[in-house]
Amino acid sequence: MAANPREAWEGCSVLLDINDGDRLAFFRLTPAATVKVGNRTCSLQPLVGRPFGSLFSVGPSGLVPCADAPSSRDDTTEDAAVGPAQDETRDNRSLVDNNTAQNLSSDDIEAMKRDGVSGDEIVEALIANSSTFGKKTVFSQEKYKLKKQKKYAPKVLLRRPSTRSICETYFKKSPARTGFMRVDALSLLLSMANVGPYSDVLVVDMVGGLVVGAVAERLGGTGYVCSTYLGSAPSSIDIIRMYNLSSDMTTRIVQAPLSDLCSLQNSGNVSSGLNDSIQGEAQEPTAVPVENTQPSVPQPTDTTVSDEKAQSSKEQSIDTDIPEPLLDEHINQDGNSSLDSKGDEDGSSNGPKSLKAGKAPSPERMKYWSEHGFSSLIVAAPGHDIESFVADLLPLLSYSAPFAIYHQYLQPLAACMHSLQVSKMALGLQISEPWLREYQVLPSRTHPHMQMNAFGGYILSGIRIHNGDACNGSK
Amino acid sequence: MMVPLDPSSKPTSQRRIAEGDTVVVYERHDAMRAVAVRPGGVLQNRFGVFRHDDWIGRPFGCKVHSAAAAGGGARGGKAKGGFVHLLAPTPELWTLVLSHRTQILYLADISLVVSYLELVPGCVVLESGTGSGSLTTSLARAVAPHGRVFTFDFHDQRAASAREDFERNGLTSVITVAVRDIQGQGFPEEHTGAADAVFLDLPQPWLAIPSAGTMLKQDGVLCSFSPCIEQVQRACEAMRSCFTDIRTFEILLRTYEVREGGLKGATTNEESNAGPLAQKKRKLLAAAETLDVTQNSSSVMVRPCGTARGHTGYLTFARLRVHGN
Repeated sequence: MAANPREAWEGCSVLLDINDGDRLAFFRLTPAATVKVGNRTCSLQPLVGRPFGSLFSVGPSGLVPCADAPSSRDDTTEDAAVGPAQDETRDNRSLVDNNTAQNLSSDDIEAMKRDGVSGDEIVEALIANSSTFGKKTVFSQEKYKLKKQKKYAPKVLLRRPSTRSICETYFKKSPARTGFMRVDALSLLLSMANVGPYSDVLVVDMVGGLVVGAVAERLGGTGYVCSTYLGSAPSSIDIIRMYNLSSDMTTRIVQAPLSDLCSLQNSGNVSSGLNDSIQGEAQEPTAVPVENTQPSVPQPTDTTVSDEKAQSSKEQSIDTDIPEPLLDEHINQDGNSSLDSKGDEDGSSNGPKSLKAGKAPSPERMKYWSEHGFSSLIVAAPGHDIESFVADLLPLLSYSAPFAIYHQYLQPLAACMHSLQVSKMALGLQISEPWLREYQVLPSRTHPHMQMNAFGGYILSGIRIHNGDACNGSK
Repeated sequence: MMVPLDPSSKPTSQRRIAEGDTVVVYERHDAMRAVAVRPGGVLQNRFGVFRHDDWIGRPFGCKVHSAAAAGGGARGGKAKGGFVHLLAPTPELWTLVLSHRTQILYLADISLVVSYLELVPGCVVLESGTGSGSLTTSLARAVAPHGRVFTFDFHDQRAASAREDFERNGLTSVITVAVRDIQGQGFPEEHTGAADAVFLDLPQPWLAIPSAGTMLKQDGVLCSFSPCIEQVQRACEAMRSCFTDIRTFEILLRTYEVREGGLKGATTNEESNAGPLAQKKRKLLAAAETLDVTQNSSSVMVRPCGTARGHTGYLTFARLRVHGN
């Protein structure tokens, strides 16, 4: 299979963008899967085999591919090009909001629907029967058309789930679930941690699996992403099921409690200097009991970090468009049923995927890591005090390994940076905050978006150094 | 070495610096350089004279001291001489140390480009121009080991220098550099319909956009980087005929500095508004004062750095429109 599959297949995860971003939801393309658009429930089967990026409308028999697939967003811009702002002579001086502009009644529209008139034709009829449409500016005409189109002729855009689209979707629809991590912050984490082929990336992911999935995608079935956690239960990494990770990529995701990694580090690593073992010993007493209660096959449970759970449940009530349980239900029930009913290639590679991800690493692997160190580290634990955490994590890295720590608050990163400066465990320390501004680009109407997101998170980055004896004998 | 192309070439704690390796010599966060390690080699900087032979066999990330203090004006070099750290090269460090033959892309733009182009191992990406190869190196990391970066520059010498850099960084199996005027000739036909992503950093990107459209796979992503909004305006117009989901961004990084210190409480603050004389007097008392007052309230403080890059360029992304049938 190509690096980025271009067409949806039976059993794959898809992102549906309904009405130009009004609703975004993940689905798994099982025979039984449906989507509700307006008051119609449509089977997702017509999506199988269609290229990602295809646009669908809702016909009498369900989802039908649109003949030509420009999204409505681009219609706006194309038409806008006809009448640039400075040539516009119409304005809103004669528009009065008295609710008499539309001559079609809701009964008329219902009658048209019963007669099988298509949504696009209803929109045309609404425009033809609007007494004020002609007096609107080109832009407000477009706005009107778009509004009616969304109501009477909804469009469904088939998107490929990728780090970019998954991160954007969560950030837009349930940001608390992913620690308010904006896509540019996630991109920076991946770069700053030098995530590339054959890397062994140590990850602390308390953002639902967004980071683990993104790293696995970048590794492309090479190297490892070792997801580590404090305490006895791993945090949920369920979001990795939204990615279409191949089984090669999924087996590269392993989970291990931090206590296991640290204790191995202490017993096994000869080359790590004094500093490492001192730090390791300091945290061992708390780590050992935890280890004993921990079964080594961590099946993601949702009984993890209490604040995270609280955040996500709060989010569910706010946002009904992507209720988390709904997402998971789609994947769970439908995914399993497809596995049972179909023994085909896709089914078998997709079904056990959720079981394969997050196994405990083999003892040989653990030993290798204790001797060679991890290639890099990403921490995304937005609800945690990371200072002590990071002091345990850094000795697990190989010398010269870069690391990147995400947080939604500045103070914990500042404290962490300061203690790293004092301990001289790292150099190149920097706290950065990305600032991302989107622009509307239209003829004579180019300007930044009126609404922007003002905050995407802070990142502390640096490079772990070897602070043992220098060869020239001086300290 | 910059990007491991097989499991054995990644830097680990067991790996030792060897002859032929490129190391990034870290003096300070704003003073680094790439050095190819060779027997008998010598690095001289403000911290002293460093012999490459002393580096061979040491782990990456180690601290090395100068063999002798540097001559006149060595600030870091006290009696014993100064020290530097030897780091394993990464695309991020490379961006900071490469020789600027052109204006280059920096970390924030690079990371957003790689994410938005949805690059993963195995992808094919086209780039023009090559420039100094800052982005190219990160593109290579994203698509390696089996993907390919085809990069084009119309400047003969620049392409040659970039090729040398990629060779030195062990990236020739991933990156192919060619001399070609993409604005004038478009991308070579051999890549038609084969590219997962196309990146343009050209003075007149709109001239290359139709060609970029024919190179891309369906739903493939195009990015155009331009410093000026007028370029963006024209590029977007050119994209509208066969691209969709056209979005323009600007990304900047704000960096923060951290220090530990105390703020004077209201009771000890009487003199702070006084003239210079009083301040001088206060300085004399400072030693005693910091001991008993500020240390109690000493804390880690953080503020944005005073200077920052104000603008790099606009990034416009678009997807090749999928035609329904």
